[in-house]
Amino acid sequence: MSNTSKFSEGVVAESKRSYIKRLATQGMRIDGRNFDEIRPIKITTGYVPRAEGSALVELGETKVLVGVKIEPGEPFPDTPNMGIMTTNVELVPLASPTFEPGPPSEEAIELARVVDRGIRESHAIDMEKLVIEEGEKVWIVFIDMHILDYHGNLFDACGIAAIAALNNAIVPASRYGFGDDFKLPLNHYPVPVTFAKIGEWIVADPNLDEESIASARLTVTTNEEGKINAMQKGLYGTFTYDEVKKVINRSLDIGKKVRDKILGDANGEED
Amino acid sequence: MEEKKRVRDIVVPGEEIRVEGKPGRGVFVENGKMYSAYLGILDVRAGYVNVIPLSGCYIPKKGDKVIGKIVDLAPMNWVVDINAPYYAPLHVNDVPWRVEFGDTGRFLSIGDVILAKVSNVNELGQVWITMKEPGLRKLEGGHIIKIAPSKVPRVIGKGGSMIQMLKDYTNCRIYVGQNGMIWISGSPDGIITVIKAIRMIENEAHTYGLTDRIKEFLERGEE
Amino acid sequence: MGMKADIRLIDDNGLRIDGRLPNQLRPIRMEVGVVKRADGSAYVEWGGNKIMAAVYGPREAYPKHVQDPNRAIVRARYNMASFSVDERKRPGPDRRSIELSKVISEALTSVIFVEKFPRTAIDVYIEVLQADAGTRVAGITAASLALADAGIPMRDLIVGCAAGKVDGVVVLDLNKEEDNYGEADVPMAILPRTGEIALLQMDGDMTYEELTNAMEMAMEAAREIYRMEIEALKGRYGGDVNE
Repeated sequence: MSNTSKFSEGVVAESKRSYIKRLATQGMRIDGRNFDEIRPIKITTGYVPRAEGSALVELGETKVLVGVKIEPGEPFPDTPNMGIMTTNVELVPLASPTFEPGPPSEEAIELARVVDRGIRESHAIDMEKLVIEEGEKVWIVFIDMHILDYHGNLFDACGIAAIAALNNAIVPASRYGFGDDFKLPLNHYPVPVTFAKIGEWIVADPNLDEESIASARLTVTTNEEGKINAMQKGLYGTFTYDEVKKVINRSLDIGKKVRDKILGDANGEED
Repeated sequence: MEEKKRVRDIVVPGEEIRVEGKPGRGVFVENGKMYSAYLGILDVRAGYVNVIPLSGCYIPKKGDKVIGKIVDLAPMNWVVDINAPYYAPLHVNDVPWRVEFGDTGRFLSIGDVILAKVSNVNELGQVWITMKEPGLRKLEGGHIIKIAPSKVPRVIGKGGSMIQMLKDYTNCRIYVGQNGMIWISGSPDGIITVIKAIRMIENEAHTYGLTDRIKEFLERGEE
Repeated sequence: MGMKADIRLIDDNGLRIDGRLPNQLRPIRMEVGVVKRADGSAYVEWGGNKIMAAVYGPREAYPKHVQDPNRAIVRARYNMASFSVDERKRPGPDRRSIELSKVISEALTSVIFVEKFPRTAIDVYIEVLQADAGTRVAGITAASLALADAGIPMRDLIVGCAAGKVDGVVVLDLNKEEDNYGEADVPMAILPRTGEIALLQMDGDMTYEELTNAMEMAMEAAREIYRMEIEALKGRYGGDVNE
């Protein structure tokens, strides 16, 4: 692995590398999980009340805060009857010794775009309901993701936090004199699940140590209909076709559980 | 040699090599099968299967004679571009002159061209060169050209036959560095002819009957 | 993906708007050694795509902190010319090209014997002169040829190829209209010898069956593209293409 990647802990001790691989031969992982087990997820929605929607997600020790701001603006000329969404990730330097201040790194851009693709391609947000005046004024949904503590697998933490924040977002229509506030309309609930390849083994939701020695990474975003909406392979290694198929299948299973958790927690809050 | 410009066996990276022999240079073995690592020419000799790359940078080997260009000075050494991925330091102890601390620029300055020898290479690719050996020296005047290092053996020819032929026909002095740098000194016409011949060798290095065609060219004087 | 089409992309005979069958590639042309100044280079025409790739290095990596003491770093830069698309694109890297540069760099690294050149950089510049959908897979194909031409040691070539879904039908190698109005795109890069997958992205809406059909279609087509790569590389030296 490159020692310059932001998503690693720099140079990995050889003893750690071989220990992780040795455990894998016995079907074990350093934090005691099995290969398909993700870390515990804790979702706190409405964490930033000033935002139109927000969610603090803890995936194991990884911590991500997503804030959604919604403002009126001009539609794109080629989609006059649709709202707009944008996504952005900030690798805040407080979250890791490998993050630095400055313009977005390629890692941050890739991360934001993978989360964006999952939401956009699944048509999660009902964009047609975000029109104030066709061709003139629509709602713009800004999804901003702040990494607060980096312990591996930001793809899933960000994706989960983004959909949880959107699910809890209110369109602030009254603030701008466009009628009553309303809940941001969602059609779908895409959930990314990321796998890392370590030696010949493939594990779900890699932690920091696993991510640092992984040869390849694959994120698969699926929705509640069992459709696949986005994929992204990363790192210098490769996957066989059989491995890819296995990963997609497992993503569908794990994604369903995570989605239940996101929706369940949200419903719990509404009570 | 046989018919004109018959081409040697060319292989591409990852191509399986189904030839009897032990894996030599430019090949790798995976699951008991041999594959080429380069776009190159298949070359079987002494029981070893090699692939000679058709292009690529110079990878220094201990003992290689190379032609280098001074690109920087330090109090105790010069920095030399030898057409490899890394610059090579030339320490004041490795030159045939007594150089006082900080006085390096008086002996070799930036842009000077030298004939040197690779004295050591470590596993990190770091290279050291020396000029402390008979024949190694600063090359003054003349002209420098660069060819693919993998084609150096063709320019030199069997037992130096090709380069000798070029010298004989043009009365030029020629040094060929293993790193693909070639220094030529002589009359302008001679130098132009040598360059044309070397470019011909470079472009047709993968064909048979090259020596004959170069000889023909030199006799004709024109391509 | 995602825009609604007013036009039908697949006709009653199952043909696509450019007359292709679902599993048919656009015409592809490859040429090696097109940039004389570069250590290696290639040009690929793929449908309406015109893409040039050049390789410099391995050379000492600068700035120094990017050096890896164990291997060469591979820095691919995917860049679209401002005039390569209908509406002028602002020159320079945007978020899309930064992401593509990253995944292409990673995919190329997977075949290069990078451990042979510690502390160096292998720079791969991919210039999209005209874009017509599938630029990243055409670009990675050109890059693979340019790397081989540069004499970089590799364990395999790389073949880029995409498949997707249009009007509910799984199709190979989407063209511009299909990319704009279709339902899914799955760009891949495949190691032809081993079948390994070095680049895989997907966006759109597909069932598991559709997605696996698309991937299999792209992998099948990769063999044909691989043959063209061999032809382009050996053809440059007048070599015999058939073994």
